Amino acid sequence: MRYRVGQQVRVAPRPHDGHHRTPGYIKGKIGRVERSHASFTNPETRAYGSDGLPEQPLYLVVFAYGDVWREDAGHASDRIYVDVFEHWLEETA
Amino acid sequence: MSDHDHDHPHEPVTANESPSAARARALEELLFEKGVIDRDDIRHRIDWLVSRSPADGARLVARAWVDPEFKERLLADARAAALEVGLKPGPSPVVVALENTDTVHHVVVCTLCSCYPKALLGPPPDWYKSLTYRSRAVSDPRGVLDEFGLRLDDDIEVRVVDSTADVRYLVIPNRPEGTEGLNEEDLAALVTRDAMIGVARAAPPLVFKS
Repeated sequence: MRYRVGQQVRVAPRPHDGHHRTPGYIKGKIGRVERSHASFTNPETRAYGSDGLPEQPLYLVVFAYGDVWREDAGHASDRIYVDVFEHWLEETA
Repeated sequence: MSDHDHDHPHEPVTANESPSAARARALEELLFEKGVIDRDDIRHRIDWLVSRSPADGARLVARAWVDPEFKERLLADARAAALEVGLKPGPSPVVVALENTDTVHHVVVCTLCSCYPKALLGPPPDWYKSLTYRSRAVSDPRGVLDEFGLRLDDDIEVRVVDSTADVRYLVIPNRPEGTEGLNEEDLAALVTRDAMIGVARAAPPLVFKS
């Protein structure tokens, strides 16, 4: 597991052709690692008949609502939690 | 029977079949033909799915309400806690329970498809799989909850959990007031499917007036 709980991370803004499990609305957004779940087979290759190996670590990442959507559309304290695979996360400077 | 002739039986194709149902059936037929799955696989999976119900998840919640130590174990590892009480937590290797409190409210969605803890809650409701719920639960959670009849005070933090991968999430709703005298079985009856998704509170005991 490359990232530790509490660490700030950015979701890679890259596009991806084909099946993947990183929702577009968090791409490029900055959040914080809330949990480090475990490693799972990679859905991006498993979807096309591969065994999905090597497994990819999966994290629960928390985002402030206002960092994802317009500030005025929610409450400042609200949060969005999303499971994100490690190869979609980047360190922030 | 169908008016065409090939080497496998199926239900007659009807004019009122929806496009998505027709597509699912065509895929199913191809998978049978190619030997990827057989009819028993499908039947067993459907039998399993419809045999599951929110009553299982409700047992976990009610136990957590009456037993603080069990609640700690449930929050630490919901899969292990389900096994502890004799429930089958399903194929997901990680199941996470999320505790609602007086200051925090969790609601679960799968924006990418319809990931859902079927082993503990049974089949998901149709609205859970709808594009409307899946998009609006993350973009306007308070508005969605309001439409479900759940108005949350401003000082309650809403946590939307987007279940995008292999982990399954189950909400532990707040224990309703006025339930101090109820036993675990009666408490479980107050824990609805919607409360464990996070779009409702656990129901207070019904009082029928004569």
